[in-house]
Amino acid sequence: MRYLPLTDLEREEMKKTIGISDIKELFSCIPSGKCYPSLADLPPALSEPELIAAFKEMGRKNRFADHLSFLGAGACAHFIPEVVSYLSSRGEFLTPYTPYQPEVSQGSLQAIFEYQTMMTMLTGLDVANASLYDGATAAAEAVLLAVRKSGRSRVLLAASLHPEYAAVIRTYVQNLPIELQTVAINEKDGRVDENDLNSKLDGATAAFVFQSPNFLGIVENSRSLAAATHAREAHAVQVVSEAMSLAYLMPAADCGVDLVVGEAQSFGLSLGFGGPYLGFMTAREEFLRQMPGRLVGQTVDLDGKRGYVLTLSTREQHIKREKATSNICSNEAWCALRAGMYLAVMGKTGLARAARTCHLNAAYFAAAAASLKQIKVVYPENFYNEVLIEVKKGRAGDFLAALKKKGILAGVPMNRFDTAWQNRLLLAFSEVHDRKAIDRLLVAMGECA
Amino acid sequence: MTALPKLIFDLSREGKIGCGLAEADVPAEPVIDSACLRAGIADFPEVSEVEIVRHYMALSRLNYSLDAGFYPLGSCTMKYNPKINEKLAAGDEFQAHPYAPHDLVQGNLEIMARLEEWLVVLTGMAGFTLTPAAGAHGEFTGMLVIRKYLQEKGDARKVVLIPDSAHGTNPASAHFAGYEIREIPSNAQGIIGIEELRAHLKPDVAALMMTNPNTLGIFESNISAIAEALHANGSLLYMDGANLNALLGIVRPGDLGVDVMHINLHKTFATPHGGGGPGSGPVGVASHLLPFLPVPRVRRNQDRFEVVYDDPRSIGRVKNFYGQFLVMVRALAYLLALGRENVRRVAEDAVLNANYIRKKLEGVLDLPYKTPSLHEVVFSDHGLPVKTLDIAKRLLDYGFHPFTIYFPLIVHGAMMIEPTETESKETLDEFIGVMNTILREARENPELLRQAPVQTPVRRLDETLAARKPVLKWRRGENI
Repeated sequence: MRYLPLTDLEREEMKKTIGISDIKELFSCIPSGKCYPSLADLPPALSEPELIAAFKEMGRKNRFADHLSFLGAGACAHFIPEVVSYLSSRGEFLTPYTPYQPEVSQGSLQAIFEYQTMMTMLTGLDVANASLYDGATAAAEAVLLAVRKSGRSRVLLAASLHPEYAAVIRTYVQNLPIELQTVAINEKDGRVDENDLNSKLDGATAAFVFQSPNFLGIVENSRSLAAATHAREAHAVQVVSEAMSLAYLMPAADCGVDLVVGEAQSFGLSLGFGGPYLGFMTAREEFLRQMPGRLVGQTVDLDGKRGYVLTLSTREQHIKREKATSNICSNEAWCALRAGMYLAVMGKTGLARAARTCHLNAAYFAAAAASLKQIKVVYPENFYNEVLIEVKKGRAGDFLAALKKKGILAGVPMNRFDTAWQNRLLLAFSEVHDRKAIDRLLVAMGECA
Repeated sequence: MTALPKLIFDLSREGKIGCGLAEADVPAEPVIDSACLRAGIADFPEVSEVEIVRHYMALSRLNYSLDAGFYPLGSCTMKYNPKINEKLAAGDEFQAHPYAPHDLVQGNLEIMARLEEWLVVLTGMAGFTLTPAAGAHGEFTGMLVIRKYLQEKGDARKVVLIPDSAHGTNPASAHFAGYEIREIPSNAQGIIGIEELRAHLKPDVAALMMTNPNTLGIFESNISAIAEALHANGSLLYMDGANLNALLGIVRPGDLGVDVMHINLHKTFATPHGGGGPGSGPVGVASHLLPFLPVPRVRRNQDRFEVVYDDPRSIGRVKNFYGQFLVMVRALAYLLALGRENVRRVAEDAVLNANYIRKKLEGVLDLPYKTPSLHEVVFSDHGLPVKTLDIAKRLLDYGFHPFTIYFPLIVHGAMMIEPTETESKETLDEFIGVMNTILREARENPELLRQAPVQTPVRRLDETLAARKPVLKWRRGENI
C-alpha cells in the first residue's frame, strides 16, 4: 500500500526487536472475542487512477456547475485570485499541526497575525481572534461571551438573523441558564423593529444580536441599534454573513458596536458545499480575556528578535479545562491563513472594488427587476448584495423550477427557513457576475410567468 | 540565521495593486444612504502580486510541516496526507453552493453517505452525523445527544465522569452541555479501574467520557465491564475517538458497549491539519440515540440521496450547512484508497512503530506505565538532568518536530510519542539515534539543551511577555 512505507522484512525485524512473533500479540490487551471484525462489507482498495475515476464519476452526478447561480444566504461565490490557491496549498502551510512549537511555526503564526490585523481594520474593532468554525458557531460563541462578560442571562436575537445561525445559537444554549428572545422585523423597511427592541431590552439583557446586512439583505442602522442596546448597558453584537460587506459599509466600531462576528468564506474560500469556512470574531479590547479561540501575539525571542506565539492560553481548555472560555481546540487556521492571503492580494484597491461591484450588480438587478410584472422587489433600497423578491403570480417553487430549466438558479427560496416567507426568493450578486449574466437572469425571469 | 520577513503592512506602498479585477460593468448607482458607506480601509495592504508570492514563500520556509519531516505529536496522529486527496477536494465539480437543489448535488450527497457507511462499518456504531467541525465540536455534539436522550427519559442527570488523563476539551465540552465534571483517577496500570469507576458511579451520573486508547496510549481493557456498569446505572459511555487509529479493523467501539463516540477525520483519516484546522469531528451513536443526532442528515434512498432537515427529537443544528464537506471528500478518498485490505494494516503498523520506539527508548527514558502500548508511548522526565521542554527544543535543532510535551497531566514531564504508520523504519531509527544523542548531551552538556534551539529561524520566545502585554495586531510604527 502506497501510504505505508514499512516492508515485510522490516516488519519482521521490528517484531523481533520488540520480542513478539505475531503482530496480534500487540493487541492482546483487547478483549479477544471482539477482535478482528469482518471488513467484508468494505470495498477493495483502489489504485490512484481508479480513485480518480471514482471521484470523476461522483463529480459527474453534480450538475450545479452547469448553472448560472445567484445563491447566497450565508455562502457566496466570489472570485479567488490564483495566487491564493497556489500559495495556500503549499505543504508548509497545509500540513503542520497547531503551532505549539513557535520556533518552527513562524510562517503560520505571522500569517495569522496579519490576518487578525486585517480583520480589525475591516471592522474597526480592537482585537480579532485566529478563527472559529463558521459564522453560525461564531454567533453562538458571541452569545456565550456576552453572557460571561455581562453576568446577565437574557439575549435578544433579531428575527432577521440567519435562521441557521439562530438555530445553532439555540442548540448551544439549550442546557445553559440563558434565555433567548426574538426581536421582530419591521416589515416596512426590512430592518429591526426598534420599538420591539426597546420594549424587550431590560436590565437583565446581556446582548442584542443582529445581523447586518441582515438575512433579508438589508443593511441595518447599526448606530441606532447599538445606542439603544447601550442605553440598557447591554452589548451590541453584529453578525456578518457576507464579509465582503465589511469593505463597503461603515465599520461597525464607528457605529458603536461592541462585537462583530461572522462568516468570512467570501475571503478566498470556495463554496465547497458549505465548508470548511471561516468563523471570525472581532471585539473591543475589554472582551479580550474572555474571548474564545486562539490568539496570535507578538513577542521577542532570547536574542530580542521579533516573533509570534499563541498567547493568552490561560483562557483555553488545555489549561482551564471545564472553566475555559470555550471548548474549541482545532479551529479553521488554514482558512484564516488563506483569508489573510486573499485580503493581501486583493489589497486596499481590489477589495474595495470587489465589494462595490457586489452592491452595484445587486442594484442594477433590483432597478431592472422592478419593471418585471412577474415579481416585486420587496425592499428596493438599503440592501447590500442580496435582493429579496416576491413572486406575484403562482408559486415561487414553480418560478424557480422554470428558471432552473433555463440553467439559472434564481435565488434561495425563503420558505425553506420560515413558512411565513412564502413566495419570496433571496438572490445574491457578487463580482463573479457581470452585466451579461444579470441581463440573462432578467430576460429569463421575464419569460417565466 | 535567516532574517524574518517583514509584515505585509510594511511592504505596502500606495498605488500598488495585487489583484486583477475590473470595475463593475453595470450602469448602476449605489442605493444605500451614503452615510452608511465607508471611506477606504486605512493601512490596508497595497502590494504587487510578485511581492505577495515572495512574502508567503518566505513565510512558508519558516514552518516545519509533516511534508518536511517526522512529526511524532502524541494523540495528534500526524500521518501523511495523500496529495491526490487535495486535488480531488479542489475539483470544480464539488464546489457547489450548500443550498443548491438536491438533484444538482447528488455526487456530493453520495460522498457524505458513503463516508458515513464506511464509518459505521469501521466503528460498529449505528449511524453518524458528519456535521461537527472538529473533535471538540464533536464532543459537545455527543454530550448534547446524551443529555437530550436522558431528558426524554425524564432524568437529564448532573454529572459527567472524566478520567484524569483526559484531554482538556472533554471537560470543557461536557461543561458547555450543562454538566458538572467529576474526575476519576487512573489506576496503577494507567487505565480506569472498575473499582474506581464504581466509587464514582452515583445516580446523578449521565455519562463517562473515555478516550480509548487513552492518552497514555493504553487500551482501556475494562471497557466492556465499564460499559455494563454504566448501563446498569442508567448512564452512557462516551468514547473520545481521537486515538481511533490504533483500533482500525482491530476492534469496533460499537461492539464494546460504546453509546456515543466522535472521530477526528483530520487524525485517523489523513486529512491535513492546516496548522490548526479545519478538522472534522463526525459523531457516531448506538441505535437508541439515532433520533437525537443533529440535522441535517443525508439519507440514501436506493441510488438517490436525500437530506433530512427536521427531526423533532434531534438536538438541532450545531453548525451552518452540512459541515466541513471538503474535509469529508479527502477522508473518503483516503478510505477508498486503503480499501478493506489495508485498513487493519494501518492500525498494525501504527502500533508496531510505537512499540518499536518504546522498546528502543525504554532503556534510556523512564516509562511510568509498563502496560502495553498501542499507537503511542508516554515517557516521563524522571531522572533526567534537564526538563522535557529542553529535550523537545533540542529536537528542533536536529530537524525533528518534538513529541507532545507535558500531556497527559498525570505523567511528570510527559513526552508523548506517536509515530503513526506512515513513517519508515529508517525515520524511526534516525529519531531514536537523535534521542540517544540528545540524552547524552543532557548528561554531558545540559546547558546546550537549555539554550536550544539555535538552528531555528527564531530562538525560544518570551511567552510571558506576549501574555502580559498583548500585541495582537500590527500598528503603524509600533511593531519592531
